[in-house]
Amino acid sequence: MANTNSAIEVIDLVTHYGPREILHGINLTINEGEIMIIMGGSGSGKSTLLRYLLGLGIPTSGSINLLGKDITKISNTEMHQLRQNMGVAFQGGALLSSMSIGENVQLPLREHTRLDEKTMEIMARMKLEVVNLGGFEKLMPAELSGGMIKRAAVARAIVMDPKLMFFDEPSAGLDPVVSAELDELILNLRDAMKMTIVVVTHELESAFKIADRITVLDQGNILMTDTVENIKNSDNERIQSLLNRRPSNDEVQADEYLNRLTGM
Amino acid sequence: MPDSATHPVINSLELVGRSTVKLIEEAGYYSALLVESIFWILAGPFIKRPVRISSIFSQMMTMGIAACPIVFVLSFSIGVMLAIQMIYNLKTFGAESQVVVGVALSVTREFGPLITGILIAGRTGSSLAAKIGTMQVNQEIDALRVMGINPVRYLVSPALFAMMIMLPVLTFFSDLAGLLGGAVYTSIEIGLSFDAYIDRTLLALSAADVMQGIFKSFLFALIITLVGVSNGFSVTGGAEGVGKATTRSVVLSISYIVIADMIFTYFLNL
Repeated sequence: MANTNSAIEVIDLVTHYGPREILHGINLTINEGEIMIIMGGSGSGKSTLLRYLLGLGIPTSGSINLLGKDITKISNTEMHQLRQNMGVAFQGGALLSSMSIGENVQLPLREHTRLDEKTMEIMARMKLEVVNLGGFEKLMPAELSGGMIKRAAVARAIVMDPKLMFFDEPSAGLDPVVSAELDELILNLRDAMKMTIVVVTHELESAFKIADRITVLDQGNILMTDTVENIKNSDNERIQSLLNRRPSNDEVQADEYLNRLTGM
Repeated sequence: MPDSATHPVINSLELVGRSTVKLIEEAGYYSALLVESIFWILAGPFIKRPVRISSIFSQMMTMGIAACPIVFVLSFSIGVMLAIQMIYNLKTFGAESQVVVGVALSVTREFGPLITGILIAGRTGSSLAAKIGTMQVNQEIDALRVMGINPVRYLVSPALFAMMIMLPVLTFFSDLAGLLGGAVYTSIEIGLSFDAYIDRTLLALSAADVMQGIFKSFLFALIITLVGVSNGFSVTGGAEGVGKATTRSVVLSISYIVIADMIFTYFLNL
């Protein structure tokens, strides 16, 4: 049973990729109107967790409640309705390259509403203004920079005013100024539009700036879910190695290293 | 002496087994895609999620109208080649004038649909695989899903619908171009007038001959679309994966078209 003020609740989530278990029983609750950062090193399972939160995979076991509905059990029609309350900004933007920026932003409206062309155009323009891309609606994705593509993807994601918003590595590949602009945008979405926001990232500076709480994943397990301060002060060795950007303390002896290389 | 695990016969059997399973899996995937595409075409309007008409027309333009020049050139050339070969061989029996019958039947029953199918497999099948594969790599397919837009409805159904209309149309166009090629060469080589050529062609051909080719083209349209989109959806591994899927799509489509043509030609001419 989902908590009354939780927007997202993951219970005992286990997933596999082929024979390999990726997530080993994840439990996570994200409250309404909070920004939850999911952090972890490469291969920690954070992108996998995001895929399952988005309903892009069927888990081996466990449940995922979004806005009170278990997406592992609901019908296609219910999932279709739920998706209208979900916005996603993918790492590379994932704008449809055959459409202009304006058409990309209008796409969810065109699919889910019966608004006339003029109204859709106005709404798309408004959302592009929100992300500081006013006047760019006629351009094609190939004509935009990386940061602009990400902002256009955000405009498309928020055009239906979703309650849940997901970001996959929003700062990846961006310069510090554009990255900071995106952080501000994420904070504005929470404050002005009361969205519940999940951000998957490994950019510490950005994470500490925008997070209400942080979940640290490691090898398919949650190490800790807590506030920024508590995460920073954690005495967990793996969390500290992640925060201090240094390799974990698993020392490898010379002989063992050679054996690994030679496969013996 | 090799042990049982590495015995060449066992290895070969294992390879055959794996290939068979993969083939069955792929056939199942094609069938699932076909059923889902038809579902969206037929049921989409009733559940307020119709296949977009604009997308169908756009695909019809790209895969059909834009292909007309190359279909004309190839089919015309095939008509000329058939006429050259037949006149050369029929001369032995002093029956050059029968070239009209040979060209008419060969073009409408066999070469028109086959050449058009192979051409469109190379042109449109590869383009479908590359487009969907690139979208897969760029997470555009995932983006469609999370926006609540079914990728099969959005990408496959319009392509299938457009292909099922345009390939038979192109095949008929190819028949005309092939017959024209035959007529031009015959008039030059043996002095048979255009009017006489057309009269003899109409006498030699029945509606069933033309329909045999058109019927095959429906089947080829299914093969080209399903092979193209399924290879696109199964892309992994970035740009290299897109390249592999595109090549695989063309090779498989052409192979399936030729094999299906052989089987249907046999059964339709029993």
